[in-house]
Amino acid sequence: MDKMSTRWTSLLLAALTIACAAFSFLLGPYHIEAAALLKGLAGGHGIDGTIAREIRLPRTGLALVVGAALGASGAALQALFRNPLASPDVTGVTSCAGLGAVVALYFGFAAESPALLPAFAILGALASAALLYLLSRAGAGVLALVLAGVAISSLATALTALALSFARNPYAMSEMVLWMMGSLKDHTLADLAFAAPLVALGIGLLLTASRGLDALTLGEEAAHSLGIDVGGIRGRVVIGVALAAGAATAAAGAVSFVGLVVPHLLRPFYGYRPARLMLPSALGGALLVTASDLLVRSVDPGEQLRLGVVTALLGAPFFFWLILKLRREA
Amino acid sequence: MSAVLSFENAGAAYGGRVALQGITAGFEAGKITGIVGPNGAGKTTLLRAALGLLPLAAGSIRIMDRPLAQWSREALARTIAYLPQGGEAHWPVPVRDLVMLGRLPHRPAFSAPSAADEEAVDDALARCDAAAFAARRLDALSAGERARVLFARALATRAPILLADEPAAFLDPAHQLRLMAMLREEARRGTAVAVTLHDLSLASRHCDGILVLHEGRIAAHDLSDATLANVFGIAAVRADAAVVPWRLV
Repeated sequence: MDKMSTRWTSLLLAALTIACAAFSFLLGPYHIEAAALLKGLAGGHGIDGTIAREIRLPRTGLALVVGAALGASGAALQALFRNPLASPDVTGVTSCAGLGAVVALYFGFAAESPALLPAFAILGALASAALLYLLSRAGAGVLALVLAGVAISSLATALTALALSFARNPYAMSEMVLWMMGSLKDHTLADLAFAAPLVALGIGLLLTASRGLDALTLGEEAAHSLGIDVGGIRGRVVIGVALAAGAATAAAGAVSFVGLVVPHLLRPFYGYRPARLMLPSALGGALLVTASDLLVRSVDPGEQLRLGVVTALLGAPFFFWLILKLRREA
Repeated sequence: MSAVLSFENAGAAYGGRVALQGITAGFEAGKITGIVGPNGAGKTTLLRAALGLLPLAAGSIRIMDRPLAQWSREALARTIAYLPQGGEAHWPVPVRDLVMLGRLPHRPAFSAPSAADEEAVDDALARCDAAAFAARRLDALSAGERARVLFARALATRAPILLADEPAAFLDPAHQLRLMAMLREEARRGTAVAVTLHDLSLASRHCDGILVLHEGRIAAHDLSDATLANVFGIAAVRADAAVVPWRLV
């Protein structure tokens, strides 16, 4: 791919993301003129202000932040494992983050300090990312990693269900669906306020690893011989993914397949280079989640349909196709 | 001439067993040193130790008259270019971008390639006869072409020391001879070249010095009949009926 098409892809991604975000902000059950909504966002007075600031902004903002976190995490994990099947959900990172969030919420930790919710989610994500990393160091191949991810995420899902059944909150079981499927419904500005900085920090950390991830294209020993601190790169990716995907999951539950699909689709447009793919994947993730959330809201205004169901319906067949394609190439 | 990279009584363990023992040797500027030996003799381990990938259990390694331990990772990367065994690229990146990775040791973080970087890449591509497919993707090349591109990546670093691990494996005879010619050209420019080889005829014809490793030790510095028998358990064929060493036509 030449520079021209790379630039056009980036421009198109940015334009579509802005368009979807604007549409997402303007769409809602309570019809308000765009001008009034923007005025409300700026001034914050009256019912328009409340709706703009307390309902529309958190929803659109979270869609962008969650998508960016998942897209960038997927790109970084695929580069680190040198494996197009790696992503925060396939590797079990998001389900472990969900488990952490559930433990924090339903056992009263989050009530003591709101910061403990993302902290627990990030710890969960960190544990699974580190475990996978150790497995890959021990020489586990592509298939073993995916299987380990399946095992980790089944275990995390079971533990989440277990935690919820022991929780003293009577609504806990019904909220399980939210954690396992992900949703952007009924979020507050506070959710956006904790998620956005943590996701930004995580993506920032991943960006500092991008040069090393490029070098890892040649394998770990060649990367070392090019002056790359390979251990440091791994650490930054594991922590960056835990921060970004952990915070995103703490805010919106487990939104699946975004981190898998987006980097894979964009890769050919960025010359297959991990470093160049990172930010476009964040942008593409933001676009995919915002668009999926729009789809949820327009198809089912009552919102029994979950965001994660839509992304999984799009992503799971893609995953299947990807496995078949990799088998053919092998 | 003094060696730019020297081992002094170096020993190392790998995977719980002694992999190198009492190695004293040097790689000289402008020379090609061939490292040969049976499988598991410690050829790759020797190169990995020189790169600092494997800690020494005994002895020392000096590079440009400074102990290896005193080198920063970045400075070492500018001084030694390394071509790993079975060199591979995990993503089908465009050829030029791949060769540009060889310039990483010279480039500050988050900077675009400088004119010097571009020039070094062009030069490396031309020397490896790979300029024609600089814009193609790696997965659109044949195995021989890919090997040339990976070799160009190592040359692009312009390091005074080049370590190549089995670069001739999987290449057909003509590509092997071209590879040895490229190594010779690199040595002629003053680089100290060390190359591990399985093909003893390539080693004996194209290297200035030979290091025969056997069970982690230096067994010989030549490929005499005694060495072939004792280390490799073979005898050289010098008959005319057999196909023995070839040259490019």
